[in-house]
Amino acid sequence: MVAKKSIKFIKFLVLFLVSFNGFANGDKNPQGNTIDTPDEIKEYISHHLKDSHDFHLFTNNASGTHYSFPLPVIVWTSEGLKTFMSSAFHHDDAGHVIVEKGGVKLTKIHSKIYELESGATSVSFDEDHHATNAHKVLDLSITKSVFGMLLAGLLMFLGFVALARSYKKGPIPTGFGRVLEPLVIYVRDDIAKPNIGDKKYRKFMGFLLTVFFFIWILNLLGLTPLGFNVTGQIAVTVCLALFTAVIYLFSGSKDFWAHTLWMPGVPVILRPILAVIELVGFVLIKPFSLLVRLFANMTAGHFVVMSLIALMITLKQDFGPALSTGMSLVLALFISVIEILVAFLQAFIFTMLSSLFIGMAVEEHDHH
Amino acid sequence: MYNLIGAGLIVIGGGIGLGQIGGKAMEGIARQPEAAGKIQTAMIIIGALLEGLAFGALILGK
Repeated sequence: MVAKKSIKFIKFLVLFLVSFNGFANGDKNPQGNTIDTPDEIKEYISHHLKDSHDFHLFTNNASGTHYSFPLPVIVWTSEGLKTFMSSAFHHDDAGHVIVEKGGVKLTKIHSKIYELESGATSVSFDEDHHATNAHKVLDLSITKSVFGMLLAGLLMFLGFVALARSYKKGPIPTGFGRVLEPLVIYVRDDIAKPNIGDKKYRKFMGFLLTVFFFIWILNLLGLTPLGFNVTGQIAVTVCLALFTAVIYLFSGSKDFWAHTLWMPGVPVILRPILAVIELVGFVLIKPFSLLVRLFANMTAGHFVVMSLIALMITLKQDFGPALSTGMSLVLALFISVIEILVAFLQAFIFTMLSSLFIGMAVEEHDHH
Repeated sequence: MYNLIGAGLIVIGGGIGLGQIGGKAMEGIARQPEAAGKIQTAMIIIGALLEGLAFGALILGK
């Protein structure tokens, strides 16, 4: 049974890999250059860290062919909603290719989509390389990060539905559920219960489990060669921290607000000052530290892994191809193993601090 | 240039802080091995708070 299933999975995987070529866009890169200098490496890394409108897998430098999935572009322009596939841009990122859709001219500059003013036929730039005759549009595209989040959501849905179904048959989960069950118990017993308290933790388990697995799966996806960097996008971490902030601010008990706004037991003159400090702490600083920690950790991790892989290019002159490749292989492997630990640790920390803040907010004090 | 010096200072400060936390936690675990789990959890929380501060400074400095 299990063997049959794995054969099916491998078949699916092979089909998936073969279909890459089918999806690939065979247009030539006008520059067709290889990455040699430190500046090009820097640009390549910063390009990877950003979100993009297509799913770039690799480029064959000999023929200048890009292998990538196009993703849908959904933009709200002055003429209303426009949708098309990102392959219409032909991997252009400098405003050279102009896509015309229903009277609107659109172009892509540095991963942002611009709409040309009426009458303009090409983008002109000022000396700071800002477009002068085009403006940004409201971009609702399924970008690479959005695709990653949908993928993580799908994986979570499949995994946990299977886990929930297996409980109908008996108390012991089967299959992949055996991996998930200890993690769920871990989040409940070691993160939620000690921080929120035995009485009130149940209400927040849904959020804590979702956030834990969401961050963990996305962090792990970021370590695969698919090149996702979702938890390293500041917009994603801002939203996650905002969820936590809204939850603990709206579930705060009477005691929490009394202690925040009018701290009992301190001189009256100090109370307004303390109220300001506490409010700024809960509304701004705590969510800010949550979002910055996740963002900076994942960005730094991706940066270090890619820099170590780039060692084989930068050290080729000094050490020769074999030694520099060996060095970069060993170092990148070492850092990648640490990154697997960091991927779990960041998910754990985010959940832990979220439950700590929720615990602070819902706590009820004994009155003396 | 100056922001690189600042980044170095931040890393020095963060390193001293993490060293203090880790060292004290090790001491605590050596004295009371049965409390290792609790000490580890507290250590990670404090480490995360410190890290948030250091990363915040790094991001603002950039």
